[in-house]
Amino acid sequence: MELEINKKLNRKKQKRNWKRWAIHLFPVPAIIVYGLFIVYPLLAALSYSFFDWNGMIRGDFVGFKNFVNLFTLEPFSGFFWNSFGHNIIYFVVQLVFQNAIAFFLAYLIYKKLKFGEFFKIALFLPRLLSVIVVGFLWKLILNPNFGALNVLLGKFGLENLQKAWLGDPDTALITIILVNCWFGIGFMLLIFLAGFQAIPKELLEAATLDGAKEFKMMKTIMLPLMIPSIMITTVLTFIQSFEAFELVYAMQGSQGEPYHSTDTLAVYFYRLAFGGSTGDSTAIGLGSALAVVLFIFISTFTALLLKFMQKKEVEM
Amino acid sequence: MKDTIWTKPFYYVIAFVFASISLYPIILMILSSFKPSREIFMNPLSLPKSFSLETYQTLLDQIPFMTYFYNSAIVSVTSVLLILVTTSLAAFYIARYTFWWNNYLFFFFLMGMMIPIKLGIVPLFVIMKNLDLLNSLWSLIFMYTAQGIPLSILILTGFFRTMQRELEEAARMDGASDLRILWNVVLPLMRPAIGTVAIINFIQSWNDFFFPLIFITDELKKTIPVGMLSLFGEHSADWGALFAGLTLSSLPMIVLFFIASKQFMEGLTAGAVK
Repeated sequence: MELEINKKLNRKKQKRNWKRWAIHLFPVPAIIVYGLFIVYPLLAALSYSFFDWNGMIRGDFVGFKNFVNLFTLEPFSGFFWNSFGHNIIYFVVQLVFQNAIAFFLAYLIYKKLKFGEFFKIALFLPRLLSVIVVGFLWKLILNPNFGALNVLLGKFGLENLQKAWLGDPDTALITIILVNCWFGIGFMLLIFLAGFQAIPKELLEAATLDGAKEFKMMKTIMLPLMIPSIMITTVLTFIQSFEAFELVYAMQGSQGEPYHSTDTLAVYFYRLAFGGSTGDSTAIGLGSALAVVLFIFISTFTALLLKFMQKKEVEM
Repeated sequence: MKDTIWTKPFYYVIAFVFASISLYPIILMILSSFKPSREIFMNPLSLPKSFSLETYQTLLDQIPFMTYFYNSAIVSVTSVLLILVTTSLAAFYIARYTFWWNNYLFFFFLMGMMIPIKLGIVPLFVIMKNLDLLNSLWSLIFMYTAQGIPLSILILTGFFRTMQRELEEAARMDGASDLRILWNVVLPLMRPAIGTVAIINFIQSWNDFFFPLIFITDELKKTIPVGMLSLFGEHSADWGALFAGLTLSSLPMIVLFFIASKQFMEGLTAGAVK
């Protein structure tokens, strides 16, 4: 009898032990998938950058040679600095044409404009399209012969503005960036709107009673309180700008046509890693070095941006 | 906030201009898809003379669109399900248990949000090759699952932390196992969070074209976005069919959006605002 009870207790204990142990299995599937397909490849890319590569076969350890070549050896360094400059333009233009406009429009909607919900949805809608659809759609619209934009310009008597937007090296990059803004503005608008809506109403009411004018109220009360949203959108824009790939690839191919005038670091990286559409051979070592440089650049500047803006928030 | 007589109308004009710039290309895309090519060339801006589905027929004759569609659907749905299973388990563990490593685990997962995984594409290609997953939909499913994990864990953990524990404790008193508690008690209570996570990841995997571009070369394994790529490469003469393809590939997302627009907009910004 006593044995029986003991046995039962033991079994119960075992069961409880198993239960306690089982809980540690919960995060395991996530750790495996995330570890194998995110963490490991990023670490591996780092190690790849220190080796010579012959196609997909790893050669000798070469230290920083790939990095040095990337920055100094032609044609690699030329491509690098050319696309780096384009990424910077990408970032700046997006700040102005995407984020600043989104900020302003969010403010309008926040001020209880009628049809606010409609504006919100209308501006957000492009964000639902796949980037490749966005690229192709605009490629058709911007077509110099039959595209809707030039026809539309003609209808308004603006024939002298008609252009081969994507074919001209002077306008191609800015055109692509503006298309990117078209795609992304609604998303930024939503973030700003959430920021505006989080501002305590009492503050604004008190300021109105004190007779504050709209501009002054914006500057002294709202803007400081909007710093967190501005911070988020700026950092996101920065990361996106330096990752820019899909749209350029869809609209101008892997060479950043015309004449590499729309090339970005990510497109160049794709070329190095997988060869271009023109049948370039792959350059795994250089590509990995570029990935590491990009990674360091993005994380450093993201950290700096965050720090800078946090300081600003405290000062105000 | 006092406005002069002029500011309000001025604001409306601006808002309408930007709303039109946003909407017009999409409307143009849909309308043009009902026009034959020559009508697009002659009157690109006008309404179609008659609504014909001819272009859609041409499109379906040219490319295996239904296959692409099927592949996209399989990949998106499977990866969303995998994300929900893996991340609700992991987030439950992180939010509800207080082992000393839990915070480290949390940060380990969050790191993935700041680092663009595209930068690891070369090793990823090698991994997929070694696992014999190139040209398999599983390469995409695993990729989207892994990519969706950080943000999903962030959202779900936040949600778990705001939830009351009483029900869980009651269930535990009744001898329910952790898995049973999560499945029967907790998950039914967090439908909104689950919906958000599902939508963000669905958009992500449905629209992505970077990974299939690299992992998939087999025509019959392509998803819609890479499938479209070939359309533009080879058959760029038939604009009507091109517009039909663009419309068709965007339609599921647009329909879903109109069913749950609020959830979509909240979902996409959830990661950024939280």
